[in-house]
Amino acid sequence: MLTNTFLFVGYPYLMIVLAILVSIIRYRYTPFSFSSLSSQFLENDQLYWGSNFWHWGIVIVLLGHLTAFLMPGAILSWNANPVRLFLLEATGVTMGMLALLGLVSLLVRRLTHSRIKVVTSTMDVIILVLLLVQVVSGLDTALRYRWGSSWFATNAAPYLQSLFFFNPKPQYVASLPLGPKIHMLSAFTIIGLIPFTRLVHFLVVPLHYLWRTPQLVIWNRRPEKRFNSQSGR
Amino acid sequence: MDIRSQVAMVFHLDKCIGCHTCSIACKNVWTDRKGAEYMWWNNVETKPGTGYPTKWEDQDHYKGGWEVVDGNLQLKSSGKKNYLQRIFYQPNLPTLDEYYEPWTYDYDNLFSAPEGDDQPTARPVSKITGEYIDIKGGPNWDDDLSGSPLYARNDPNLKALTPEQELQLLSIEQLVMFYLPRICNHCLNPACVASCPSGALYKRGEDGIVLVNQEVCRGWRFCVSACPYKKVFYNWNTGKSEKCILCYPRVETGQAPACFHSCVGRIRYMGVLLYDADKIKEAGLRPDSELVDAHREIIADPFNPEVIASAKANGIGDDVIKSAQKSPVYKFVKNWGLALAPHVEYRTFPMLFYVPALAPVTSTQEDGTLANNVDELFAPLEKARMPIEYLAALFGAGQEGPVRYALKKQMAVRSWRRALTVGDIDIEVAKAALAAAGCTPEQAEEIYALTSLPTFDQRFVIPASHREMAIEALKNPLENKGLAGIGFREAPERGL
Repeated sequence: MLTNTFLFVGYPYLMIVLAILVSIIRYRYTPFSFSSLSSQFLENDQLYWGSNFWHWGIVIVLLGHLTAFLMPGAILSWNANPVRLFLLEATGVTMGMLALLGLVSLLVRRLTHSRIKVVTSTMDVIILVLLLVQVVSGLDTALRYRWGSSWFATNAAPYLQSLFFFNPKPQYVASLPLGPKIHMLSAFTIIGLIPFTRLVHFLVVPLHYLWRTPQLVIWNRRPEKRFNSQSGR
Repeated sequence: MDIRSQVAMVFHLDKCIGCHTCSIACKNVWTDRKGAEYMWWNNVETKPGTGYPTKWEDQDHYKGGWEVVDGNLQLKSSGKKNYLQRIFYQPNLPTLDEYYEPWTYDYDNLFSAPEGDDQPTARPVSKITGEYIDIKGGPNWDDDLSGSPLYARNDPNLKALTPEQELQLLSIEQLVMFYLPRICNHCLNPACVASCPSGALYKRGEDGIVLVNQEVCRGWRFCVSACPYKKVFYNWNTGKSEKCILCYPRVETGQAPACFHSCVGRIRYMGVLLYDADKIKEAGLRPDSELVDAHREIIADPFNPEVIASAKANGIGDDVIKSAQKSPVYKFVKNWGLALAPHVEYRTFPMLFYVPALAPVTSTQEDGTLANNVDELFAPLEKARMPIEYLAALFGAGQEGPVRYALKKQMAVRSWRRALTVGDIDIEVAKAALAAAGCTPEQAEEIYALTSLPTFDQRFVIPASHREMAIEALKNPLENKGLAGIGFREAPERGL
C-alpha cells in the first residue's frame, strides 16, 4: 500500500514538480540551451523515416491520451459500438507501431552513424531508451489487455484527474497489471526528465507563428516599436 | 511613406580578382569555431559554376525565396499553412554534403610515423567525426572552373542559354569566367525572417542588418530552407542557426566590415540607402520583367524633402541622411544604373548589388597562335565572351535590358577615358558612345573616379550608430533586443 502511495502519488508529483520548476529555471537562466538539436544537417536519409514516423505516431497517440484524460465519458460512449471501438483501438495500435518503428530507427541511427555519434549525449541515449520502454509497454498494454481505450477512461483518466485536482486516488490504478504500471511510471519518469534532456524542444513548439506578422523589425532606439511588421504577406 | 535606412552594399565585379581574402578575413573573425567550420558567411564563387552550397541557385530543388500565388507573396518553402508538417523534417534542407565536410590533416603522423620504406603522409581528418576521410569537395571546389567546364556545366543559370551558346561558353579554348563574392544580402523582404516560426530572426530598424537571436532560435531550420541565397547556416554543434552579422560591432562605430576592409581589389562599397517600407509589398507582386525597376523604386531619393521629413519622423538622424546623400551605393544603383541585385526574381530584394563584369575579347586563338585584338578592346557587347543571357539570368531576373545598360555604360566610360588619356580613340566617337549609353561626360568622370580612384572614405560612407540614443542607457538591452550571434550571457554550448 505504501509502495503504491509512493509510486502513484509521491513519485508523479515529484516528477511533475521537477519538470515544471527546472524547465522554468532552465528557460529563465539558460535560454540558449533550448533547441530541437536537430541533426538533419548531418544525416538526412534515415532521419526522414525515423523522425516522421516517430513524431507523427507519438503526436497522435498523445492526442488520444489527452482526449481520454479530458473526456473519458466521450471515449466510453464512442466505444459502446464495437465497430467504433475497433477503429479507435486499431488507430492507436497503428500509430503506436509507427512511433516504435520511428523510435528504433532513430536509436539505431544515433548509435551507429559516425556523424550522429558526435552529437549524441548520454542524456540522448537515456531518454531514447526510456521512450522505447514507454512505447513498448504501451503497445504491450494495447495488445494484451482489451480494451485499453476503455479502461484508460475508467481507471487511468480518473486517476490522472485525481492527481490534477490534488485529491490523489491511487486505488484506481493499484490493481492494474505490471505492464500498464510500468507504462505509467516510465511516463512520469520521462516527464521529470524533460528539463534535463532535449525534450525541452516540445515546450517551445512555435505555435505563435500562426498569428505573427511575417517580418520582424526591431528598433534599438524605439523600444515601443519593437516588433513592428514590415511588409510581405 | 515609411522611410527607413539600410546599410547597403555594392560589389564591383570588374575589379574582383578572386583572391578570397574577404572569405579568410571573415572566417578568422567569426566562423573559426566548432560547429561553424563548414560555414563561409563570405565566400567567393567562380561563375559559371555550381557555387556553395552546390547549386544553391536551383530553387526547383531548394525552394528558397518568395513566389506570387494568386496575387499573394508566399514563401516557396513553407508558410503558415504547412510549417507544422515540415517541422519534423525539412524536405528542402541542404545537408553537410551539399556544402562540404570540413577537414584538417593528421600532421602528427609526419612526426610519429614509424620508420618505413615510404614517406609518411598527413591524411585528411574530418573536423566533425575525427575520422580519416577522402575529401570529396570543398567550399570553392570549382574555383577558377577547376581548369575544366565539368562544374560550370551544372550552373543553373545556363538554362537561359541556347545549346549553341552553352557549347560556345563551355568550349575549353573560349572558357570565360568571373568571380562572385557572396555574403548575406540583408534583404528588404527577407525570406529567412518570415520563415522563422520562433521569431528568432529579425531585421534591425536602424540599419537593416538581419540577425538571428541566438537565445530564441530553436533549430527548426526553416530559415536555412527559405533563404534562396543559402546564407543562413545551421550550427550542427549548438543546434542554432547563424549568419553574417555584417560585422555590426564595426558598422556601429562607422568602420567597414572585415570582408570589406580587407578587400584587395577594393571592389566593395558600403553606404546608406533610404527606402520606403510601404513599397516593398507592392514591388514583390510585380512580374519578373519589372522587378529590377520595382526594386530600385523602393529606394528613396535622399534629397527629396518629403523623404527627408518621413525619415526624420522615423527617428533617422541628420548624419544618417547626410550619409545617404553621399552614399556610393546610391550612385551605383540609382544615379548610374550600374549595379544590379543578384536573382531579384527571388523577391527578397537584396541590399547587396553587383556591377556586372565586362568580358571583352582581347585575344583570340587563330591557327595555333595568339592574336591580340587591341582594336576590339572596346568591342560591341555582342562580341563579349560572356553571353548577356547568362548575366541576365543572374542579375536581371532574365531581362537583358538592365544588364545591357550597365555593361554599355561601363564600356562607354572606358572609351571616354581611353580617348582622354591615351588618345587612340577619337573623342567624338567616345562622346557618341557615352550618349548612346545614356551617360554624360560629367557622369563618366564621376563613375571613373569612384571606380578607379576612390579613397577609403569614399568607398565606405558609414554613419556611426547613435549610442547615446540607444535603449541601453535606460533598459536592459539583453531583454529589449535580441542577442545576435555574439555577446552571449551563457557559454554558447550545446544544450542537454
